[in-house]
Amino acid sequence: MLSKRIIPCLDVRDGKTTKGIKFKQNIDIGDPVEMARFYYEEGADELVFYDITASSEHRDIMIDVVRRVAEEIFIPFSVGGGIRTIDDMRRVLLAGAEKISVNSAAVKDPSIISKGARAFGSQCIVLGMDVKQVPISNNIPSGYEIVIHGGRKYTGIDALAWAKRAEKSGAGEICLNSIDADGTQEGYEIVLTRLISENVNIPVIASGGAGNIDHLYDALTQARADAALIASIVHYGTYTIKEIKQALIAKGVKMRKAWLL
Amino acid sequence: MIAIIDYRAGNLKSVESALIKLGFSCRVTHNREEILRSERIIFPGVGAAGKAIDDLRSLGLDKLLKESFDAGKPVLGICLGAQIILDKSEENNVQCLGLIKGEVKMFPSPLFSGNNERLKIPHMGWNGVRLIKNHPVLEGLMPADEFYFVHSYYTLPASNQYVIAMTEHGIEFPSIIGNNNLIAMQFHPEKSGNSGLRILKNFCTWDGHYAE
Repeated sequence: MLSKRIIPCLDVRDGKTTKGIKFKQNIDIGDPVEMARFYYEEGADELVFYDITASSEHRDIMIDVVRRVAEEIFIPFSVGGGIRTIDDMRRVLLAGAEKISVNSAAVKDPSIISKGARAFGSQCIVLGMDVKQVPISNNIPSGYEIVIHGGRKYTGIDALAWAKRAEKSGAGEICLNSIDADGTQEGYEIVLTRLISENVNIPVIASGGAGNIDHLYDALTQARADAALIASIVHYGTYTIKEIKQALIAKGVKMRKAWLL
Repeated sequence: MIAIIDYRAGNLKSVESALIKLGFSCRVTHNREEILRSERIIFPGVGAAGKAIDDLRSLGLDKLLKESFDAGKPVLGICLGAQIILDKSEENNVQCLGLIKGEVKMFPSPLFSGNNERLKIPHMGWNGVRLIKNHPVLEGLMPADEFYFVHSYYTLPASNQYVIAMTEHGIEFPSIIGNNNLIAMQFHPEKSGNSGLRILKNFCTWDGHYAE
């Protein structure tokens, strides 16, 4: 039986992580490679790097980060942010990432999903979805709409329809981020997560809102997520990954016990 | 030197990084002489069976792999590289290398867990293995060990004699198979943390002999 995955997310700008770990040990909290190693050794099941570098001339820095991470950590990791073309995907994958995630680029040109899947295999194509709750309408029958630009721009695309379409196009996984819940630390968007997870047959990563262990528990059980993305609760040292996993195991969730290995 | 076979089948960098980390010298290559000279072979792969077999044939690597296997060189198949060593695959309905008798099947759909929850395909994430028989490459395997899988097809050897370990995802399927100096695993040891690194290390020092 599969374990549920715990996936720390690192935001990287110009080759530096933007939220540092506020605690312990002699690690450079601004260095994504050191942070990656730290979470790897703590027992993370996978990592997500989100490149928020604004200018395109600094993109090579991210490729270098990917290469260094791939040399040091031996769990899968994905890279998202600024990936718009098949060439962008190829560069990141050749540098050693397991997966690439596309978000607004897929909204602008949905064919990037099928092209990417054909070129590299579905297993490396993650669809990132930023979602906001809206009134139910003919256009948005699920009541959840895809947004871009950090939630500032509504696209008119229904989240459930979008998830199904992406699956059909060859996405291998969905990273489902609730803009409403993101940053609140008040819990994942359970209704949305369950809606998407039950209606596609590819894994769904819940994202946005984790503040405590019960939130993770609800996302991984009630909401049927296959994995949970976490950021602040580990970056700011509220919990270690081992603490999270041990607490979830005590509640009956299957987790990989990396600390025994 | 360990040859990591390069036939354009996806990310070889992580296999190479893992071997470097473990201190073994290796080459990512499709060069015939280099592969013949190597002391052992890692045969990775992601993607679809049809294209992989086409690419292998066009590079002449299908015969070379068979020769190396017949010569007793230790060979490790990973993921797609563990599938296309069988006789044939349901994926693209393609004839494969036939180093182990049997075939590659698609997971049945829909797939349900023991408590009737619908399971997803691909089988993606961390899962354990149930050892059927001991093998030098699996020396030191612990009950807590889990490995990173991502696949929609699974290997089904024609005989249990080839099955080394099983994994459960709705059905129980052979996740590690082997034949003499060949061992093949559906998961990615190079992406499976310490559990996977231990297996890679064992393989890199294995003499290729295997007696049950």
